[in-house]
Amino acid sequence: MTRLVKPAVLGAAMLASAAAVGATQAAEPIKMGALATLEGAFTVLGQEGMRGVELALQEHNYEVAGRKIELIKASSNAQPDSAVAAARKLAEQDGIDIMIGPLSGSEGLAIKDYAKTQLGVTFLNGASAAQDTTLRDPAPNFFRFNPDGAQWIAGLGEYTYKVKGYKRIAVVSEDYSFPYTMVFGFMKDFCKLGGKVPEKFWVPIGNKDFSAIIASLPEDIDAIFVVMAGSDALNFLSQYFQSGGDKPLVASSMTVDQSILSSKGRSKDYLVGTPSATPAADVNPLPEWKAFVDGYRKAFPKGLNSPSLFAQEYYVSTKAALAALEMVGGDLSDGHAKFRDALANLKLMTPAGMRSLDANRQVVTDIFLTEVAKGEDGDLKAKLIKVVPQVNQTLGESMDKFLAYGPVGRDNPSCP
Amino acid sequence: MPPPQFDTGNPSRSVIRLELTAGHLVAALLLILYPFGANDFFIVQIGAQSLLLGTVALSLMLLAGYGGMVSLSQMTVAGMAGYFIAILGTDSYNLGLGWPWWIVVPGSILCATVIATVIGIISVRTEGIYTIMITLAIGVALYYLCNQNYAVFNGFTGFSGLKPPAVFGIDWRAPLPFYYLSLAIAAAAYLAVSYFERSTFGLALQAIRDNPRRMHALGYDVTLHRIVAHVFAGFLAAVGGVMLVWYNGRISPGTIGVGELIDILIIAVIGGLRRPIGPFVGAIVFVLIGNFAIDLIDRERFNMLIGFGFLIIVLFSPDGLLGLWDKLTSMSRDARAEEWRR
Repeated sequence: MTRLVKPAVLGAAMLASAAAVGATQAAEPIKMGALATLEGAFTVLGQEGMRGVELALQEHNYEVAGRKIELIKASSNAQPDSAVAAARKLAEQDGIDIMIGPLSGSEGLAIKDYAKTQLGVTFLNGASAAQDTTLRDPAPNFFRFNPDGAQWIAGLGEYTYKVKGYKRIAVVSEDYSFPYTMVFGFMKDFCKLGGKVPEKFWVPIGNKDFSAIIASLPEDIDAIFVVMAGSDALNFLSQYFQSGGDKPLVASSMTVDQSILSSKGRSKDYLVGTPSATPAADVNPLPEWKAFVDGYRKAFPKGLNSPSLFAQEYYVSTKAALAALEMVGGDLSDGHAKFRDALANLKLMTPAGMRSLDANRQVVTDIFLTEVAKGEDGDLKAKLIKVVPQVNQTLGESMDKFLAYGPVGRDNPSCP
Repeated sequence: MPPPQFDTGNPSRSVIRLELTAGHLVAALLLILYPFGANDFFIVQIGAQSLLLGTVALSLMLLAGYGGMVSLSQMTVAGMAGYFIAILGTDSYNLGLGWPWWIVVPGSILCATVIATVIGIISVRTEGIYTIMITLAIGVALYYLCNQNYAVFNGFTGFSGLKPPAVFGIDWRAPLPFYYLSLAIAAAAYLAVSYFERSTFGLALQAIRDNPRRMHALGYDVTLHRIVAHVFAGFLAAVGGVMLVWYNGRISPGTIGVGELIDILIIAVIGGLRRPIGPFVGAIVFVLIGNFAIDLIDRERFNMLIGFGFLIIVLFSPDGLLGLWDKLTSMSRDARAEEWRR
């Protein structure tokens, strides 16, 4: 605003008219919707996402370029139907301009399809990480400043083969779109280098008894790649070690999440030395990350001790929206054209490092390769091995070649 | 043994029916004019969704209210119809068989009705809470089948990109056509159930509800009557299910999860199980609370408000909102009669 007004100092009339324009603009708030899973199995993650959005807005005092920002929250239960229903209410009833969300993979695919019917609203992904949300048939008004599942795990396949020296690996994974994407991200490099994956075991979410899988794990493997989260991962790990399993592990980002590393029991000692990869920046404390943690702790005394990946990703997306709004002076009057242009060309320094978008409006970001280690106090921690810089969605390949791999699934990729 | 309670003997019945007819006209007019005073969100997500959930709940009302059989698997039947739409027709990943709509739609409804019939055959020999248990068990079994079977049901992911066919060149998923299609289906279902209530078969079913042993002694085939009720209810649920899958544009196991099965029971109970209008009233309340509770109470507590609202309704009126309405009207009638006497 001030930059706009300064050249007009010469004429008081001009100044007055400019101020009047500014006043009408300031009078109308920008409506921002936030969609996260505040019910169902992912409630805690959804609350973390909302904290990320709120923290970013608090840092801007709920105001950008002289315009107030009104936040409207909506909730889903991780099912695509409920995510679309909540987004419909935000877009069609509450009349939002910008939406941040959703949280989980299949929700993201559904919201992308819905976004195509609401071209007047700009959608920024929350934390959902299915590949095809932006890779195939993307929506022109859907922006994702968050890595997809294959990006999450970039570099792990190569590290496992070359440094850890595991040549034959069995996969034990949950059975839906997000783990498929992750297994693909791992196997793409691993198989190309000559690694073999003789068998993959797909487990429904919430499975309790893994004895059948443990019994049928092949003998001639070097390690097991585990792609499970929360209680599923805990159940598998404890049952595997109790039954005398001694193969080393390779883990997905959520499998060696701090919540699992902090769990009680002897079985976790087996996890020392397990390699993994993650976009969660707590293993690579940049100054931006430390500032983010301080802000988080001050704003949410009842929150977690350290913000989770979901707070981080929602925070990044909201910050991106705010930065782009700042650049265009809060002007959305041209059907968001300038705003979307600013988003597409944005280079944003985030707690997780530098992020920008590719042609499909999908993020290019740093990924952190880690290994589980024992801290001085005997607690397990993920230790940074190296930063994989600026990973894009095609994992360094050309778009055509990458698309030729085909949509990820239970049987794609395959290298038995 | 208590005497059978045929409510055809009720002398005030003809008066009530007359009142209802006037009410019907007003309701029909309001429903037809409703889209002109509402935005797209209210037309589709509130209006059409209420009508469709009401239709599925109506099938439960028919079983529970007239047949005394509380079946939790009505949403399963609706979901199966939706799945068959995807399996026989086209979706965005071309997993289906891609048959033309005039085979797909009747075929889906038929298949789902057959499933409802099988559920009926399995469950009608049980009574009361055991009917609830066995239908819940069937619902959960089918949920896990859809969740884990990839060859037919495409597992956890399900199907997306399911659209109604463009019959007569109309986009039936556009807000106005979709609303009026839903309204027509809901109205037809309502009239069919209202007729069913007074038909010979409907009366026999209500008599079986009240005293199956006496009806059996009179020579009625109790089991067959109950199974036929399941067939009819299954057909209604299937039609509602086809519309719901077009409404969502997609189907996955979450559509027929335990929570969703119970939602239908909640809708029917808060509306009232006595008359066919009950499920629709219940659906409107359910959809409104589900959509707007988050605005009334901020933060993460809105589900508590939803539960609290339902609890209050059931606590103060075991017959649901309809029961509350009946109480109010009978109170005012008594008051008027009192005045008349003075």
